Amino acid sequence: MEPVTGLRLDYNHKLTIKEFPYIVRWREDRCKRCGQCTAVCPNGAIKPAVKYMRVIESGGDTPKPRPVRRIIHVIEQVDNIENYCTGCAMCSLVCPNNAIEPEYNPQNKFLFYKNRGGEGYKRGGRRNDPGVSTLDRLKFTRISMLTDPALDAGRHEFRVRSYIGRILPPEELPLKVEDGRLVIDKSSGKFIPPVREIFPIMIGSMSIGALSPHMWEGLAMGVAYLNEVEGIPVVMCSGEGGFPPRLLKSRYVKYFILQIASGYFGWDSILHTLPYMTDDPAAIEIKYGQGAKPGDGGLLMAPKVIRLIAEIRGVPQYVDLPSPPTHQTKYSIEESVMKMIQSMSMALGFRIPVYPKISGTRTAKAVLNNLARNPYAAALCIDGEDGGTGAAYNVSLDKMGHPIASNIRECYLDLVKQGKQNELPLIAAGGIGKKGNLAANAAALIMLGASAVAVGKYIMQATADCLGDEYNRCNLCNTGKCPRGITTQDPKLYRRLDPDKVAERLVEVIKAADVELRKIFAPMGRSTELPIGMSDGLSIDDKAMAERLEISYAC
Amino acid sequence: MCRLTAITSSKYFSPMENILALETMKEGHDGSGLGLTLKDLGGEFKELKEYPILSGICSKKGRETLDAYMDEMGFKLLYRWRPKIKPVKGILARDFYFAGVYDYPDEWKEKPFEEKEQLLMNTRLTLRKMGEADESIFVFSFYPDVITLKEVGDPLQISEFFGLDKNILKAKIIFAQGRQNTNYQIYLYACHPFFIQGYCTMTNGENTAFVPIREFLMSRGFPGYMGYNSDSEVFCHILHYSVRQLGFPITYYKDIITPLKWEEIQQRPDREALSLIKMSLRPLCIDGPNMVIGFTPDGTCFMVQDSKKLRPGVVGGVKGKYALMSELCGLDKVIPERDSSKDIYPMKYDMVIVSPEAKEVKVWNQLQA
Repeated sequence: MEPVTGLRLDYNHKLTIKEFPYIVRWREDRCKRCGQCTAVCPNGAIKPAVKYMRVIESGGDTPKPRPVRRIIHVIEQVDNIENYCTGCAMCSLVCPNNAIEPEYNPQNKFLFYKNRGGEGYKRGGRRNDPGVSTLDRLKFTRISMLTDPALDAGRHEFRVRSYIGRILPPEELPLKVEDGRLVIDKSSGKFIPPVREIFPIMIGSMSIGALSPHMWEGLAMGVAYLNEVEGIPVVMCSGEGGFPPRLLKSRYVKYFILQIASGYFGWDSILHTLPYMTDDPAAIEIKYGQGAKPGDGGLLMAPKVIRLIAEIRGVPQYVDLPSPPTHQTKYSIEESVMKMIQSMSMALGFRIPVYPKISGTRTAKAVLNNLARNPYAAALCIDGEDGGTGAAYNVSLDKMGHPIASNIRECYLDLVKQGKQNELPLIAAGGIGKKGNLAANAAALIMLGASAVAVGKYIMQATADCLGDEYNRCNLCNTGKCPRGITTQDPKLYRRLDPDKVAERLVEVIKAADVELRKIFAPMGRSTELPIGMSDGLSIDDKAMAERLEISYAC
Repeated sequence: MCRLTAITSSKYFSPMENILALETMKEGHDGSGLGLTLKDLGGEFKELKEYPILSGICSKKGRETLDAYMDEMGFKLLYRWRPKIKPVKGILARDFYFAGVYDYPDEWKEKPFEEKEQLLMNTRLTLRKMGEADESIFVFSFYPDVITLKEVGDPLQISEFFGLDKNILKAKIIFAQGRQNTNYQIYLYACHPFFIQGYCTMTNGENTAFVPIREFLMSRGFPGYMGYNSDSEVFCHILHYSVRQLGFPITYYKDIITPLKWEEIQQRPDREALSLIKMSLRPLCIDGPNMVIGFTPDGTCFMVQDSKKLRPGVVGGVKGKYALMSELCGLDKVIPERDSSKDIYPMKYDMVIVSPEAKEVKVWNQLQA
């Protein structure tokens, strides 16, 4: 029978907590109602509530349980899909009594509902695939034993270094013999492209704006320390978001790769600073694509465009800053690659390697071949599907893109066919260290043919305790509410992050990776040069994968 | 680890000297093969120095194929040396061992030697391909004044098998390797020394950087960079590539396979060129463990180690005769009369170079060059 009010009983458009990706487990008996959890929750997924409930009480000299009805205070999970629990567990972090924690709900139906208003689910993070990636299935199986004694990672000298920059083939070196020695033949007029020696693990492009000031500053300090004190030439890419003019004018700029992307944000300021620069940046990266969201542009949301960001990017405050999916002024690969690379090279006096970055794709070889014929192209960075981003549609993150392993391998083998494997370095990115195996993933990609790898997400996780994982945990980068203070411009949030600690952790991470790389290379008998393309060192436990990667199968 | 004996002399000598030196190092080779390369030949070949010699092994069928092909190409057989095979237990005799001296086809006679070298190599490669599948033809070298012999078995027994003890073959430079087969199959083409267009090397140890080096060489577009049944063949091709193809002085071979560190390069007067080489030839860097002995077309012999000196080597002798050995006992056997206090044990930065006719020995140091 219908209620007399005339209202229908419609529960169909309300969700139960079981549809949500994380269910908040709250323990009434432990909670002291301090309210810290509800205050800290970045998504408003829990709220304090007042209830009138029947409870069992015992008391008195001879306690006897008895039911009473009373008003009580509880912490309740919100059943609004916009305020879903992201599983970040900040509530657990702040709770003094371990009274609350989110629990992953594998039966969740989140994607069935997270499109209210006709808008697809947008988030930060990377492809949420908790499975074992190809990189983690690769094993190093060529162990030096008896016939070729293994090297000692602790005692022997190792040189874990790589290059970015176009390396002339030996046949084209402008050399001549004088008195039994080789000298450069200056009369040849041959252009010798600039090359930089780097540590093979680079810090991938994360912009000022996407990252909080504290996070970016921490990484920058760590990079400078690694170079100047530890002597490890780690370079870091600025991402598309400009570069602080003061840093640009300093000598530290040589540890940074400046990125130009389709929005050209910050480049007005960079170009105006050029005459005042005392040193060159490590390289220029032209971003054509991003592994996390191939074919999609970038977006820095208005709330993140605070004064600092607006100044660096040369835009008004608090406006959305979209970067188009492609460089709008270019219509062909000749335009976008050749002219852009040459223009950037010319602007910087041909002293700086200029290379493009593309997202992993089956068409990577077409780009590669174009670059192989362009004497100014300094490298090719390929960003695989497991790369991270500050903001993208979930569908782009989860479903678009190409895994990095086979993409790098086929590009390397294509260069081998042309004899250009040492000429055009390949930089691999996207999912390196996804399961924590930074050095192993990097070494595997190097042996598949990469000259270096670029890492972003792992660095955020390891240096600033980013919470994201492959179960859609947190992934709030796009909202500006990063609970760790990594991807936010809200001072109340980013002051949670100590830039000195970030720098310290970065140094630890890179030093540990350096040791681990030696521990991988030493038993394989390699120490002097990076074992780029040493595919006989690798095996995988899947025949099809082994065949595709042209490595051995081992089980 | 294989055992290596190289002797260079101003006088002709028999390969038995190398074999007997190998015999003193017997614990280091397992009878999985003997390779011999003789350069600057004496005896019957003394008067035929300008003509190319094709060294190899054929089956009966392979011989017919080979002769037909050489006829078709226009090569005229001037002289064919065949060892008198003495059956030895444990060595499976093949049908036809030979070193054939040919005159160039008429249309090639007046061509520059560099072009003739290409013809010789391409002919050898074609013959190799023709006989590789059914193992009917093995050809090891096709070059003037060079003979190569290879067979599976114990070196001393093989010398008996070929009748080398009868003093038939003589030369001024002889390289011999007693194989200790390791990670590759026992196969004639895997047996050192390796030879290409006047450049020859033999190596002990494994080559951990084999695959990137092989890929780099094979992608140079030079047809001779092939085979690689042994990971050591690349050492010979790197030598050929750096000296013949790139025109670098021989000492840069050391700079290529064991590049200096950047701070060390700064001490060198040729630092600018060296910096470019370090980057451009990065894929040819080795990590050992290796000791390489080689010769170049002018008769210069050398010895180098990997950058950590993970394999031994010694050079010693008297003026007019020097030996480059993997072990001292071999040197003692070959040149006992030398002043052993002057023996040279090359260290990681050293390249020991013995000039043609064994006139002088010089130690070139990579740091102080």
